[in-house]
Amino acid sequence: MTTRSGTHAIRSEQDVVLSRQAVRKLAIECGLRLVDQTKLVTAVSELARNTVIYGGGGDMDWELVEDGGRKGVRLVFRDEGPGIPDIKQAMTDGWTSGNGLGLGLTGAKRLVDQFDIQSAPGEGTRVTITKWN
Amino acid sequence: MDRIPILRMGEFLLVTIQVDMHDQLALTLQDDLSTKINEISAKGVLIDISALDIVDSFIGRMISMISGLSRILDAETVVVGMQPAVAITLVELGLTLSGVSTALDVERGMKLLRERVRSL
Ligand SMILES: Nc1ncnc2c1ncn2[C@@H]1O[C@H](COP(=O)(O)OP(=O)(O)OP(=O)(O)O)[C@@H](O)[C@H]1O
Ligand SMILES: [Mg+2]
Repeated sequence: MTTRSGTHAIRSEQDVVLSRQAVRKLAIECGLRLVDQTKLVTAVSELARNTVIYGGGGDMDWELVEDGGRKGVRLVFRDEGPGIPDIKQAMTDGWTSGNGLGLGLTGAKRLVDQFDIQSAPGEGTRVTITKWN
Repeated sequence: MDRIPILRMGEFLLVTIQVDMHDQLALTLQDDLSTKINEISAKGVLIDISALDIVDSFIGRMISMISGLSRILDAETVVVGMQPAVAITLVELGLTLSGVSTALDVERGMKLLRERVRSL
């Protein structure tokens, strides 16, 4: 069940910073403890940066969700960039097409409770993550 | 703010990262630091990250680059003040700051650097 939702533009480096701050607030609001806040915000930093660098900019949809007694934050990072030709390869620790460490996607996946990635060449990229309290 | 100040402490340099870093700021810091290390022949660099509430792969890469750069210029790097939640998250992210020493606070970091420099 969604209790509240919204969207942030992620076009620039500054937007990456702003999205981190926005998600920190959401994480606190739904009662995530400090370590889990830190994990979620770190994942956001990775995914938002990918959106800017590789996706050519996009948006982050946010949602405060509830399931039974649990509260959580669900985020969708979406862009209409070039897409990822080989998702399996992109989801390998240490693989980068640029000059990164190749840790963003795999690291983000480890830092959250649910992770889903959809991407195809010419169709952009969409990464959905959820962190529960 | 478009620059991170670098403070001189004797033969060492102290960089306190307080703002939410973005790429350009991090790259400028790297440039400034290498210039300063050369200028004063610094023997060590302390990077104080106690104000950072996250360290992502970008900051991690920057710390590694600074330490690599320092090594080439004959200086040591110590990262001080990493928050416990940040340290836990780094492990899960998969970031190993290999070759980078850490200390709890600036004071202990200074001590570590002095010992290192003396033992050379
Ligand atoms: N939104 C996206 N659009 C297109 N390609 C992407 C996108 N996100 C990731 N990729 C591709 O997946 C690869 C792996 O991404 P990942 O974030 O894991 O590593 P990185 O960004 O290369 O390095 P790091 O994040 O460690 O600095 C990228 O190099 C890029 O080729
Ligand atoms: Mg990345």
